[in-house]
Amino acid sequence: MSELFLRAIFADNLILSYFLGLCTYLAISKRLDTALGLAAAMIVVQTITVPVNHLIHRYLLIEGAWAWLGLPDVDLTFLKLIAFIGVIAAAVQVLEMALDRYMPALYRALGIFLPLITVNCAILGGSLFMAERRYDFGESVVFGLGSGIGWALAIALLAAIRERLRYADVPPGLRGLGITFVVTGLISMGFTAFSSVALP
Amino acid sequence: MFGRLRSFFAPLIDDNPITVQILGICSALAVTTSMDTALTMSVALTLVLMAASGIIATLRNHMPRAIRLILQITIIAALVIVTDLILQAYAFEVSKRLSIFVSLIVTNCLVMARTETFAMHNPPWPSILDGLVYGLGYSLILLIVGFLRELLGRGTLFGFTVLPAVEDGGWFEPMGVMLLAPSAFFVLGLLIWAIRGWRTAQVEANEYPLPARAEP
Repeated sequence: MSELFLRAIFADNLILSYFLGLCTYLAISKRLDTALGLAAAMIVVQTITVPVNHLIHRYLLIEGAWAWLGLPDVDLTFLKLIAFIGVIAAAVQVLEMALDRYMPALYRALGIFLPLITVNCAILGGSLFMAERRYDFGESVVFGLGSGIGWALAIALLAAIRERLRYADVPPGLRGLGITFVVTGLISMGFTAFSSVALP
Repeated sequence: MFGRLRSFFAPLIDDNPITVQILGICSALAVTTSMDTALTMSVALTLVLMAASGIIATLRNHMPRAIRLILQITIIAALVIVTDLILQAYAFEVSKRLSIFVSLIVTNCLVMARTETFAMHNPPWPSILDGLVYGLGYSLILLIVGFLRELLGRGTLFGFTVLPAVEDGGWFEPMGVMLLAPSAFFVLGLLIWAIRGWRTAQVEANEYPLPARAEP
């Protein structure tokens, strides 16, 4: 379990080794404080949606899930994609209303980021990886939390570096997007070193 | 005439979805370790984008504004599921290597951006053409990155040996790092640099100019 958790954060980082959620990652990483808001929202949504999607996949979609109704041959796996997106959109909506009601300060801080997360590939990708690798319920909770933290860590790192980059003298053609990719490549290269770290 | 042609082909270089608009990068980098996955992904995305633009443009006057995003996502998701099933049936090997990335076309910002900004306001045929040109712009970058990574990483193209590797008695030392994640970022970053060196209009403004250096 702890190995899966650490792998999800470092070696199998969603951004740095699977390129998931890059659009948001590049667009929202200009300032550290907004990046941290998005990172917090991401951890919460990922930890909720991966286990919920696991339950839906396990008990409603997978082949044989309807055996208790006398329908052992029904295989609804092809509905996986639409079901997952529906769950994610619903979870984000419910979370938004709950935060608005009980934690207005946090709701204002997260603001526009919550709805943005619905179309983030990292969230959908996390659920799809869960289904493809056949995690059980405990593993999907751990994987959801770990991959959310990993994504948050990567965007926090990049935002902190980009704040310093303002004072750097970057060649004109590389300014902005180009240098951001090169920096991300360097961070990613650092993270590949974690894949050879073995836990005792 | 020339000006219209120019604006028609703008998505290829001048208004490229990946290098200028930063749309759809998520899937672009993961599938570029070899040419065949890059080509499959490009074709899949272009077809989905054309079909989605066509369908949404046809239905645009019947969609209530309040639920248009949900309808668009459902249409795109249905098309992606069909594409995924076709790939699994006829190209199982490639579909296994593409893993979840075909499914992730659903959340590809490029598709949503084109259907929302163009197909919702234009008739079907122009929308399908718009989808085609943007799909080609996306494919162009994917194929360039895939070409460089497969050629330098393995010495092959589409699985055929181009540069004979050292262990097979050739002279080319394959660069393993080109097949790892970091190189995708470097290649794309350098590609953007190259394009902006050629098309200087794309260079981003310097938000925080440095003070001129004092002469010693």
